[in-house]
Amino acid sequence: MKTTKEISLGDIAARSEELRGESMTLNMGPSHPATHGVLRLSLELDGDTVTKCDPVIGYLHRGDEKIAENMTYNQFVPYTDRLDYLAPLANNVAYAIAVEKLAGLKMPERCEAIRVVCCEMARISSHLLGLGVYAMDTGAWTVFMYTFTEREKLYTLFEELTGARFTTSYTRIGGLTRDLPEGWLQRVETFCDGVLKTIDEVDRLLTRNGIFLERTEGIAPISKELALAYGLTGPNLRASGVAFDLRKDKPYSGYEKYDFDIPVGTKGDCFDRYLVRMEEVRQSVRILRQVIKTMPGGAWYAEDAKKIFLPPKAKIMTKMEELIQNFMLVTEGPQIPAGEIYFEAENPKGSLGFYIVSNGGGVPYRLRIHGPSFVSLSILPAIVPGNFLTDISSILGSLDFVMGECDR
Amino acid sequence: MDVLALTQKFPQTQNLAGQDMTTFAVNSTELADIVKYLRDEQSFDLLADLCGMDWKDRTPQFGVVIHLLSTKNREYVRLHAPCVDDTVPTISDIHPGANWHEREAYDMFGIKFVGHPDPRRILMWEAYPYHPLRKDFPLAGIEVPFPAADVAAVTGQTVEPAPMMGGPFVSSGGLMSGAEPQALDQSWNEEKPKS
Repeated sequence: MKTTKEISLGDIAARSEELRGESMTLNMGPSHPATHGVLRLSLELDGDTVTKCDPVIGYLHRGDEKIAENMTYNQFVPYTDRLDYLAPLANNVAYAIAVEKLAGLKMPERCEAIRVVCCEMARISSHLLGLGVYAMDTGAWTVFMYTFTEREKLYTLFEELTGARFTTSYTRIGGLTRDLPEGWLQRVETFCDGVLKTIDEVDRLLTRNGIFLERTEGIAPISKELALAYGLTGPNLRASGVAFDLRKDKPYSGYEKYDFDIPVGTKGDCFDRYLVRMEEVRQSVRILRQVIKTMPGGAWYAEDAKKIFLPPKAKIMTKMEELIQNFMLVTEGPQIPAGEIYFEAENPKGSLGFYIVSNGGGVPYRLRIHGPSFVSLSILPAIVPGNFLTDISSILGSLDFVMGECDR
Repeated sequence: MDVLALTQKFPQTQNLAGQDMTTFAVNSTELADIVKYLRDEQSFDLLADLCGMDWKDRTPQFGVVIHLLSTKNREYVRLHAPCVDDTVPTISDIHPGANWHEREAYDMFGIKFVGHPDPRRILMWEAYPYHPLRKDFPLAGIEVPFPAADVAAVTGQTVEPAPMMGGPFVSSGGLMSGAEPQALDQSWNEEKPKS
C-alpha cells in the first residue's frame, strides 16, 4: 500500500526554522562567471539567504593614477582604454575633454560630432554586452548570441575607424588620431538599422519571459534616496527614478544639439535596470542618426593649439617649424596650463570623472579617476543581504560593472 | 549655489574662485558640518567624488578633495580640506558612498578618517606596508613580502618592483641639451641596478 503525505509550506517553514542560526561563510570569486572579472564577494549565508556581503576588490589594481603622474597627457590615452574596457572609445573621449577643459581649448564642431558618434557607439557596444551577459546570468543563453553578433559588427566599425577592435586609443588632447574613413558613416547607419532589429528581438525574448521576470522583478530594489546616498550614476541611478543624465544636464561635446529622451525607472529593481539599458540603446541609435545627418565638415582637430596637438605629418617632413613643434610635443607632452579641473562624462556605466591638477607642463601633478563601477559595487553591502544566493548573479548583472574601472 | 550663505554660516571657509566650479578651502574640523549643510540646505545631494591629495611641499602635506553634485540645480562644488595630523573627519555617515572612497584615500595616501566605520585598505592587501600614491613612493614600487605567507615559505617569493627601463620617457624641460627624455622614475636603471 502506498502512503502519501502532502507537504505544506508550513512544514517547510518549520523545518527551516529549526536550521536557522547556522551561518556559513562562502567565498564567491575572484574568478566566477557572474562576477564579470576579478571580483570577490565574501558572503555570510543563513541557508540560502545572504545575511552579509563584503565585496573584496583590488585584484585588477594597476596603479593607473600613479602611472598618469609619470607620463605626458597623450601617453596616458592608451591607459584610459583599460578603464572601462567594454567602452574604450567613451573613456578616450572623456579623458580628452577633461584635459582640453583644463587647457581652455574649444574643439571644432566636426571633432565634437565625431566624438559623440564614438560615445554613442561605445554605449551601444557596452549595453549589448551588459544585456547579453545579464540574460546569461539569469539563465537565458540565446540573448548573448544575438547581442554579440551585433557587437562584432560594431568592432569591425571600430577597427576601420581606429585601427584596433578593442583598445582604440582614438582621441588625442586637442583632437583625434585621424578623420573618419570614407563611407564609414553610411556603414554606421546600416548598423543602426540592424541593431534596432536585434534589440526588438531581445525585447521579445526577455521582457515578458516568465523566468527572466521571476529572477529580476522586485529583486534588490534601490530607492531614489539610497541611490543618491551612495552616489550611483548612469543607468543605475536612472533606474531608481532620478532623471539625471550629464548629456542633458551638463552637456558636453555638443550633446545639446541632439534630441533624445532619458529613460527613467520607477522601482529601481533589477528589471528596471534592464529596461533602462534597453531603451538607452534605442536612444543612442536616435542620437547617432541625427549626428550622421548633420555631420559638419571642416577641421577635426584644434588647428590653433600649436603647443598641444601634433602638426600634420606631411608638414613635419618638409617644414622646420613643424618638425621642432613635433619634437617638443612628443618629448615634453602637450603644454597644459596650471590649474585644476573636475570633468565627468556620461559613460555607459555611469559618470566617469577625471580630476586633474596641473602645475603646468606636459605631465599632470595628480590625475584622479572616478570610476562609476567602483561606486556601483560599493552599494552591494546595502542591497544584497536578505536576497537568495542565486539572486546575486541577477544583481551583479543588473548593476553592469567592469573591474578595470573599479580597480584602476 | 548660495556662496554668501555658506561663507556666513562657516566664516572660516574661503572661496578660492575655481576656474570650472565653485571651490572652497574649508577647515577640516567643520568639514562634516559643511557637507551636511550643503546636502540639506543647498541640495548637493550626490557625492561625485572624494579623493586624497599629496601636496608635497605644502603644509599640511595631505588633504582631501571632495566634489559634490546637485542633481536638482545641475551644478558642482569642490571642497579642499587639508588634513590635521594626517586625519580628516569622515563624511560616510552623511554620504554612505564616501565609505569606499575614504578607504581608498587611506589605502593610497595614509589619510585616516576619524569615525570611519570600516577603516581597512581597499585596493592593496591588508598587510601592505606603504601608501603608493604618496609622492615619495617610487613608480616602480618597493619590494615587499608576498601576501600569502604559506606560498612565500615554500617558494621564497616576494613582490618585486616593476622593471622601469622601458619608460615612460618624458623630457624634464628646460635647455634642450640637458633635457633628453628619460624615465621619470629613476629608482633603478642601467647604471644603478635594483638593490
